[in-house]
Amino acid sequence: MHPAILPLMKRILVGIKRVVDYNVRIRVKPDGSGVVTDGVKMSINPFDEIALEEALRIRERGAAEEVVVATVGPADCQQQLRSALAMGADRALHVEAGGVIEPLTAARALLKLIEREQPLLVILGKQAIDDDNGQTGQVLAALWNRPQATYASKLELAEGSARVTREVDTGLETLEVDLPAVITTDLRLNEPRYVKLPDIMKAKKKPLETLTLATLGVEARQQLKLVRFEPPPQRQKGIRVKDAAELVDALKKRGLL
Amino acid sequence: MSARVLIVAEHDGARLNPSTAKCVSCARSLSGAQIAVAVCAASPAAVAAQAARLEGVQRVLALEHPANAHALAAVLAPQIVALADRFTHLLGPSTTYGKDLMARIAGLLGAPQVSDIMGIESATRFRRPIYAGNAILTVEAAEGAKVVGTVRMASFEAAAGSANAAPIESVAVSAPLPTHTRFVSVSAARSDRPDLQTAARVISGGRALGSAEGFKILYSLADKLGAAVGASRAAVDAGYAPNEMQVGQTGKIIAPELYVAVGISGAIQHLTGIKDARTIVAINKDGEAPIFEVADFGLVGDLFELIPQIEKLVS
Ligand SMILES: Cc1cc2nc3c(=O)[nH]c(=O)nc-3n(C[C@H](O)[C@H](O)[C@H](O)COP(=O)(O)OP(=O)(O)OC[C@H]3O[C@@H](n4cnc5c(N)ncnc54)[C@H](O)[C@@H]3O)c2cc1C
Ligand SMILES: Nc1ncnc2c1ncn2[C@@H]1O[C@H](COP(=O)(O)O)[C@@H](O)[C@H]1O
Repeated sequence: MHPAILPLMKRILVGIKRVVDYNVRIRVKPDGSGVVTDGVKMSINPFDEIALEEALRIRERGAAEEVVVATVGPADCQQQLRSALAMGADRALHVEAGGVIEPLTAARALLKLIEREQPLLVILGKQAIDDDNGQTGQVLAALWNRPQATYASKLELAEGSARVTREVDTGLETLEVDLPAVITTDLRLNEPRYVKLPDIMKAKKKPLETLTLATLGVEARQQLKLVRFEPPPQRQKGIRVKDAAELVDALKKRGLL
Repeated sequence: MSARVLIVAEHDGARLNPSTAKCVSCARSLSGAQIAVAVCAASPAAVAAQAARLEGVQRVLALEHPANAHALAAVLAPQIVALADRFTHLLGPSTTYGKDLMARIAGLLGAPQVSDIMGIESATRFRRPIYAGNAILTVEAAEGAKVVGTVRMASFEAAAGSANAAPIESVAVSAPLPTHTRFVSVSAARSDRPDLQTAARVISGGRALGSAEGFKILYSLADKLGAAVGASRAAVDAGYAPNEMQVGQTGKIIAPELYVAVGISGAIQHLTGIKDARTIVAINKDGEAPIFEVADFGLVGDLFELIPQIEKLVS
């Protein structure tokens, strides 16, 4: 577990989730059964792109040999795995699963992949921007009985450990964690690269292995039933004031100043 | 069977964070709930005493251990899990502290977590925002299943103080605590301004402020108003403001009485953070900016002229 010479580690595992693109205006289906996803642009969860970018940079510095991306989800998710390969990942693992995949199920599947791949570093996003759960990394670290460093904005590797700066409510916190560990990314960790066209072609030839929850021995349990989706209450559009004086008057009338 | 709720307190070693009082309010919306608060600290007495005086709290469990000097999720989670048998619901605040910790607890328990609870319909039914607040989802846990939750701060008022203090019990920490995670440092920008998450008035600046120097006109106005200062992601990314000032989906979700967005366009991810503000004011030179769609009062113009004018008018 403590390799003395570079490359520091053999492998980094990155979790990738397919989500509705962050630019899409979300609409709730009239019958309350979900949000409209038909014909909607899908992308890699933005935090996972950051996770992958960080892994690629570590590999490019010579501190890791290989970057493996993994996703748990239906067949469509392979599009995002291909995008991840185009960004520079070496291999992709697709754990095929249908229906609602809760963080616990995703984490159990990722743990099986960890047992198989033996990564020293596992990087996930801090939250998926569809369900906004923000749980999977912590759940995985708990199941694996390994350290977690969430909301990372800086990651420095040493032998057998990592120093992680975290964006917390009070400011920036730095932790030292022994490896292997789970890191989850915040927005300011890095800026993901753009994919170039030739890389998309090359990605088609990279290995993408398909597994299933069943072959991994993971049960797809859904513990929370999705009862109803509703649009949020809309704020009333207000009024335009013509200048600073009118604004200050209006706020004083409301007792706000 | 009535709900037995354990709330994991957030604190800095000396003071209980107001987020805990909000968790108590959330727990109280479960009818007939018995509410206990767990305080993990190196010396929990002071914080436990504060928790004991929150209205609705029946018991405080004090977990004293030197390893609790810093709130490390990997260290705290097994201590809470050791208590979990006695409770039906385990709640923590949806702050970076609570989000980091509660999901680790859920993982150890193999229990479902409901993130960002904004409303409780029953002991098994919860409402929460998804898609950056663009949809509200009602979820239901199985009858009798243990549920872990994080409580959305903007959705609950802090529980009031109570004249009678609840009993405080010391709980011995017997769970083995990992040493694989170590605290190194924290750079908390100490500020005399009100706390962004609890301030009644907040003034936020966006990319338009142009520099850290540019933000000074906001600080100056904020000080006149006793307001906290926030920022958009673009302003934080550009280094005009520190990360803890970010408001939005991936920053802080706030619910002040007055929110003033200055030179902020109003991206969905930003609006997520301010939807519960009582009154929103937008100041932007672009009359078409999306921020005006949600603003109660909109003022079109150059912020560098308008902010000093406003400051003069309120002086
Ligand atoms: C996954 C994800 C998460 C995100 N999370 C967040 C988040 O938590 N919080 C957040 O804020 N953003 C978040 N964002 C970013 C968000 O999408 C926007 O990019 C960001 O909010 C834009 O910041 P801004 O309004 O300051 O900048 P801009 O969009 O560039 O707007 C600047 C505004 O200033 C106005 N302006 C310019 N000069 C002047 C002047 N002199 N006087 C008056 N007005 C002027 C312009 O008209 C414009 O409307 C997130 C994005 C992603 C993808
Ligand atoms: N189905 C999945 N497959 C792979 N990775 C996932 C999956 N779900 C979540 N993740 C990872 O966990 C992070 C947090 O997701 P969540 O807990 O759903 O907010 C995401 O950013 C991904 O990196």
